[in-house]
Amino acid sequence: MLTLEWESEGLQTVGIVVIICASLKLLHLLGLIDFSEDSVEDELEMATVRHRPEALELLEAQSKFTKKELQILYRGFKNECPSGVVNEETFKEIYSQFFPQGDSTTYAHFLFNAFDTDHNGAVSFEDFINGLSILLRGTVQEKLNWAFNLYDINKDGYITKEEMLDIMKAIYDMMGKCTYPVLKEDAPRQHVETFFQKMDKNKDGVVTIDEFIESCQKDENIMRSMQLFENVI
Amino acid sequence: MAAGVAAWLPFARAAAIGWMPVANCPMPLAPADKNKRQDELIILNVSGRRFQTWRTTLERYPDTLLGSTEKEFFFNEDTKEYFFDRDPEVFRCVLNFYRTGKLHYPRYECISAYDDELAFYGILPEIIGDCCYEEYKDRKRENAERLMDDNDSENNQESMPSLSFRQTMWRAFENPHTSTLALVFYYVTGFFIAVSVITNVVETVPCGTVPGSKELPCGERYSVAFFCLDTACVMIFTVEYLLRLFAPPSRYRFIRSVMSIIDVVAIMPYYIGLVMTDNEDVSGAFVTLRVFRVFRIFKFSRHSQGLRILGYTLKSCASELGFLLFSLTMAIIIFATVMFYAEKGSSASKFTSIPASFWYTIVTMTTLGYGDMVPKTIAGKIFGSICSLSGVLVIALPVPVIVSNFSRIYHQNQRADKRRAQKKARLARIRVAKTGSSNAYLHSKRNGLLNEALELTGTPEDEHMGKTTSLIESQHHHLLHCLEKTTGLSYLVDDPLLSVRTSTIKNHEFIDEQMFEQNCMESSMQNYPSTRSPSLSSHPGLTTTCCSRRSKKTTHLPNSNLPATRLRSMQELSTIHIQGSEQPSLTTRPPPTTSK
Repeated sequence: MLTLEWESEGLQTVGIVVIICASLKLLHLLGLIDFSEDSVEDELEMATVRHRPEALELLEAQSKFTKKELQILYRGFKNECPSGVVNEETFKEIYSQFFPQGDSTTYAHFLFNAFDTDHNGAVSFEDFINGLSILLRGTVQEKLNWAFNLYDINKDGYITKEEMLDIMKAIYDMMGKCTYPVLKEDAPRQHVETFFQKMDKNKDGVVTIDEFIESCQKDENIMRSMQLFENVI
Repeated sequence: MAAGVAAWLPFARAAAIGWMPVANCPMPLAPADKNKRQDELIILNVSGRRFQTWRTTLERYPDTLLGSTEKEFFFNEDTKEYFFDRDPEVFRCVLNFYRTGKLHYPRYECISAYDDELAFYGILPEIIGDCCYEEYKDRKRENAERLMDDNDSENNQESMPSLSFRQTMWRAFENPHTSTLALVFYYVTGFFIAVSVITNVVETVPCGTVPGSKELPCGERYSVAFFCLDTACVMIFTVEYLLRLFAPPSRYRFIRSVMSIIDVVAIMPYYIGLVMTDNEDVSGAFVTLRVFRVFRIFKFSRHSQGLRILGYTLKSCASELGFLLFSLTMAIIIFATVMFYAEKGSSASKFTSIPASFWYTIVTMTTLGYGDMVPKTIAGKIFGSICSLSGVLVIALPVPVIVSNFSRIYHQNQRADKRRAQKKARLARIRVAKTGSSNAYLHSKRNGLLNEALELTGTPEDEHMGKTTSLIESQHHHLLHCLEKTTGLSYLVDDPLLSVRTSTIKNHEFIDEQMFEQNCMESSMQNYPSTRSPSLSSHPGLTTTCCSRRSKKTTHLPNSNLPATRLRSMQELSTIHIQGSEQPSLTTRPPPTTSK
C-alpha cells in the first residue's frame, strides 16, 4: 500500500516538475528571461573589414608597374575580394582553382605567409603589389631573396631540412594522386636531399641566404627559369 | 575557371617562381602573347541602351557569343560599337554574368523569353547560380507542363483518323464527351451506381414490424425486391466491366489499375453469394463479403473530377501522411504508458493495461473526449491535459501541407480547363488574322493586275487604286506570286469549290472580287459537304453568277484562289479540270458556262 502511495506521490512530483520546466522554457522563448550570458557578443561578429589601398601614384612609385598595369591588377583584385583584403581562406580558395587536381592548400598557406609581409593575417593590395613587383619586375637577386623567404618558414634565416621537406611535400601535393609515374612515398625526401646536396656548401644541415643565392647563380637552369615570367601582365 | 579568378592568373604564374630553385629540370618556355592588345572599353548597344565593358571581361568566356569572334558580325563600322537588336533588360543579366561569373534569373522575366536570350548569347542555362536555379527550374517545369497539356488536348481534338471500333470505344470510355452514346452510357452507369448504393443503405433500415416477431430491416422484409435490384445493378456493372476489359489498348495495364480492381471488388460479392450455398459457417463469411459492396461508391470517381483530385492528392502527400501517422503512434505509446502508470494507484480505474490506455490517448489527442475513460488521480489529470494539448499540435502540423497540395493540384486542373476553353477563341482569332494577311495579298494582287490591265488597255483612269504597300509586304506578295507561277495555280479565298485555271496567260483579268467572294462564300457555305463531286456540278450556275458580274474590262477568267492548305486537293481538281476542258481553259475567251 505504501509503495502505491509513494508511486502516485512520485508521479505527482514528476508531473509538477515537468510543468515548471515547460513554463520556464516558454518564458525563455518569449525573451522575458535569459539563461546564457553570451548572447550579446554574437551580434558584433564579423565586422566587415574594409581596406582602401594607397593612392595610385604612390603605388606606382613604390612598385615597378605602370599605372595601367596597376589598374588591371587592382580590378582583378577587387573583383575577387571586394573588401580590399584577402584572408587566408580566400587566398587558398583562389589558388586551388588553378590546381583542381591536387591539394594546394599547404603551398597556398606558405605563399600567403610570404606575401603577408607584415604578418597581420591579411594580404592587402599593397602587399600583393609588393610581392608581384618583386616576382615580375625585380632583379634576380630580389627574386632569389623572395624564394628564400618562402622556403624559410619560421623566418629565422636558415632553411632546415624539415622546412624544405614541408615545402616539397606541399609542392608534390599540388600534383594530386593521378600522376605518371606514380608518386613514390619518399620522392619528396629524395628531392630534398638533392636540393641540400646542391645548396648546402658547408654541409652543416642548413642553407643560409648566401649559400642559396650563390648556388642558384651557378645553376644555369635556375637562372633561365627566373626570367620566365617577365611578361605575365 | 571562374571569371574573376582569371584575373589572378598573373599572380599564380608569378608565384611559380617559388618552384624554380627546387626544380631539377629546365622549365618549358612561356607562351608568347601574340596579340598584346591594351585592354580597351567596348561599347555594346542593345536596342539603344549602351553598355560598356572591358574587352577582357567579355573574353573570360570564349565559348559564348560575346566572348568569341562571333560578335564581330554585329559590329557597326559607323558608330564603332556592337549593336544587338535584343532585349536590354535580359542583356543586363547576361553582362553581369561576364562581370561576376554568376548568372541570375530575374523573377519578373518570362521563362521562354529568357531562354531565348540565353540561347542567342550562347550561354547554357545550367550555370545559373544556386540562388536563382531553383526558381528557374520550377518555372521551366511549369511552362513545359503547360505546353504539354496544350499539345495533348490539341492531339486529342484533332486526331480524327478512322479509329477501329475498339479504339473508339476506349476513347468513349475515357472521355464521355466525345459522342452522345458515351454520354448516355456515362449517365446510365452513374445512375445505377447511385441506385446500388442507396439500395445497400436502405436494406438495413428497420422497416416496421411483422406481427409476431421483432423489427425487421427492410432488406429481409422485401428481400425479393432488393434481390432483383441488386441483380440488375450487378448485371449493368458486369456488362460495363466486360466492355471496359475489351476496349483498352493495353489490357494488362488496365487490369492492374485501381478502377478496375474496384469494379471487380464491387461485383464479386454478388457472384460469390450466388455460388455459395446456405451453409451456416460460410454464410458468416458471406455476410462480411457484403461489406465490399460499399466499394461501389468509389466507382463514382470516374464521374467526379474532384474525387480523383482528392485521391491523387492523398497519394502525393503520402510522405506527410506517413509522418503524421508515425508521430501520432509515438505520442500515443508515450502517453498511454504514462497514463497507465499514473492511474495505477487509483481504485477501480479503467486503465487496466497500456493497450487499454491507447484508446484514452487516441480519444484525447484527437480532442474527441468521449468520457468513457477519465483519469482520477492528479498526476493522471496533469498528464492527460498535456496529452490533449500536444495532440492538437501533432495533428495540426501536417494538415496544412496536405491542404496546400490539394489546393495546388485543384487549381492546376481548373487552369487546364480554363485554358482549353479559351483555346478555341484564341485559335479563331489567330485564324482571322491569318486570313487577313492572305486577303491583303489578294487585294494587292488584284490591284497589281488591275494596273497591268490598265496599262494594257491604256485607260488613264483609276490609276491609283492600289494602296502603297510596304517593302516587306510587296516582297512577300512577290514570293507568293512566284509560287503561283511555279505551280501554275493561284490562290483562292476560302473556297475550294471553284475551278482552278492554269494561269499561263498574261492577261489576267479580275472580276469584282468582293462580289465574287461573296457569292463564292455563300455558295460554299451551302454546298460544302465533305464530298467534292457535287460541287463540280454546281459550277455552271456558280460561274454564271460570278461571271455575270464581270467588270467592263476585256476578256477574263474567273480568278480562283486557294488557301495553301487546299492546294493539294485543288491540284487534283485541276487535273480533272484540265482533262475535262483542255481547249477552252487555255484560250483567252472561255465560254463562261463551261463545266469545270
